[in-house]
Amino acid sequence: MAQALKARRTFLLAAATTAASGITSPLRAQGLAPTPTMRGGANNYLPGAPLVERIGGGGFLMTGTVRRAGDGAPLPRVRIQIWAHTTEGHERDPHSHGATLTDANGVFRMEMPQIIPAFGQAHGHLAYDAEHDGNGFETVFLRPVMRSASDTRLSADFVLRRA
Amino acid sequence: MTGARSLRAVVIWAALAAVLAVPLAVAARSPLLAWRDPVYIAAGLAGVVALGLLLLQPLLAGGYLPGLRMRLGRRVHAWVGAGLVAALAVHIGALWLTSPPDVVDALLLRSPTPFSAWGVIATWAVLTSALLAVLRGRLRWRLMVWRLCHIGLALVIVLSSVVHAMLIDGTMGLMSKVALSALVVAAAVKVVIDLPLIGKMHRRVDRQPPPA
Repeated sequence: MAQALKARRTFLLAAATTAASGITSPLRAQGLAPTPTMRGGANNYLPGAPLVERIGGGGFLMTGTVRRAGDGAPLPRVRIQIWAHTTEGHERDPHSHGATLTDANGVFRMEMPQIIPAFGQAHGHLAYDAEHDGNGFETVFLRPVMRSASDTRLSADFVLRRA
Repeated sequence: MTGARSLRAVVIWAALAAVLAVPLAVAARSPLLAWRDPVYIAAGLAGVVALGLLLLQPLLAGGYLPGLRMRLGRRVHAWVGAGLVAALAVHIGALWLTSPPDVVDALLLRSPTPFSAWGVIATWAVLTSALLAVLRGRLRWRLMVWRLCHIGLALVIVLSSVVHAMLIDGTMGLMSKVALSALVVAAAVKVVIDLPLIGKMHRRVDRQPPPA
């Protein structure tokens, strides 16, 4: 039950973030709108974070999907940069930053230290930066907020538009 | 001063000291501090201090504190006001050192977090209030006009500061934050109700018994 609730919450978050869920029918997906950059999304961004297995010691999971605007096709090998205020450092610290690539299904996962509240909310930052990815989409910065500071995972989905 | 009165004074001052010290002590023991550098810690504590000073202000303005009745209370009120401006400067300055883009967003009212907008509203109201207080002699406004402006600004400061604090997931403990906020609002409401808005201050001051 708890699992189902969690899955549903994740589903709702995805729906809210992208204005369309990951399992929309192809017909509806035709109009999949690109994700807009969130306010404050780019704060403390350090361009070109290195690709890493995980950020620091891990223990917290950042996940999400990357799809193409319009048809909603999953986008593989897209570089997503992630940073946050964690138990191991401030947002501005270079070691709080890392990058990963999406898999064949357009899914990315990054282990990182526990995110803790900073500037009033426990939140993460994610970037798709056109300057550091060869796939040719427009840059998008996200700033998802955790429901509870004790959550050990957070997800954010990208729908990218061709530059 | 009779024994009963001085005992009452001791109790009031001890209670006030506890009300101001407990939220600070709780914040100073917050687990979040383990993951913050000293500048960020100072920023948070300066915010807690500022909220505590907001409780002192109406108590001083209303002459409710033993030993600090009207005239002396007003003078201390002015000093505490200056302290409030200083605490705000530390709060915002240290937050800016911690994360400049977040503070710039907040000051430009384009932050994703609603609490920061409330903080900025409170900041402008504090600065306006301080400016009016400094210029009071030169402005030569009628007492009622000046007092209405000051009370209006004070209510904006109190309400927006409390909303600002309540929306933040920070170092303050929830219980002490709710309690201190409630006392700040209650004290502000009481002084607004008690004070005559149409300038009878001088007579009130004159009626005070001389200090014992």
